[in-house]
Amino acid sequence: MNPELQGRVFPPVEPYLVGREKVREFARAVFATNPINHDLDAARAAGYDDVVAPPTFAVVLQEHTLAQLLAEPDAGIDFSRVVHGDQRFVSSRPIVAGDLLTPTLTVSSVKTLGGHSIVTAESAITDASGAHVVTAISALVVRGED
Amino acid sequence: MPGTPAFDGLAVGDIVAEQSFPLTRDSLVRYAGASGDFNAIHYRDDVAHAVGLPGVLAHGMLTMGFAVQPVVDWAGDPGRVVDYQVRFTRPVVVDPKVGAVVSVVAKVGQLEAEARVARIDLTVKVGEETVLGKAQARVSLD
Repeated sequence: MNPELQGRVFPPVEPYLVGREKVREFARAVFATNPINHDLDAARAAGYDDVVAPPTFAVVLQEHTLAQLLAEPDAGIDFSRVVHGDQRFVSSRPIVAGDLLTPTLTVSSVKTLGGHSIVTAESAITDASGAHVVTAISALVVRGED
Repeated sequence: MPGTPAFDGLAVGDIVAEQSFPLTRDSLVRYAGASGDFNAIHYRDDVAHAVGLPGVLAHGMLTMGFAVQPVVDWAGDPGRVVDYQVRFTRPVVVDPKVGAVVSVVAKVGQLEAEARVARIDLTVKVGEETVLGKAQARVSLD
């Protein structure tokens, strides 16, 4: 695990277009039954342009940024030793079908604790206008050699 | 559709929602497809055993994803959850035949009067064992 990763900002990944059926599929998978997640009329009645994604949907975009981190040649992260420790989503607004979203990954900290490393990865997600939508924050625990 | 609860009617300690989620292996396959997380420990016992796990586990992000749904239904709108965090403290083993049942109790943990935000604390368990720690959803209310 390379401590010099701390503070590194990665290039934004390819913009992600949020599909209505993807929102519904994800909502079904997390047992979300609120009509605003599924039904266009209900979403519009609540003031949204289209169906609204569940609070953890940003993980789909975050996966793309974490793939960048794991593929970084000098990162020294062995994926088979990575355990997901903590997760947080801090939202400015919910993700809505039709959004074109761009995530940018920053490694905000790298800490070493008794042979393990804890990497905090923040994926800041902005919309087509450049406005902040949500930041997905993961603490990844990289277990030391046995 | 139920409306959004009034901030002023809440007190710290109020239980706002309770729900149990029966999981099966099918739930994990569905979540793998929806999320794009195809780590084999979530669908193959042999791979799970090879890395020292007792069996196939639910994705932590699946548990995080459904644990907030009782809060969404209480709040009446998924967009009212402005901040949501968990710590993954214990894996959820999903038996191929009987699955696993995850219970969620959502309680008011803190009230931020100026912002009119309620912090809802989630207790998420399989049997008597807690599987998520520090599970907190901040909900913006009127």
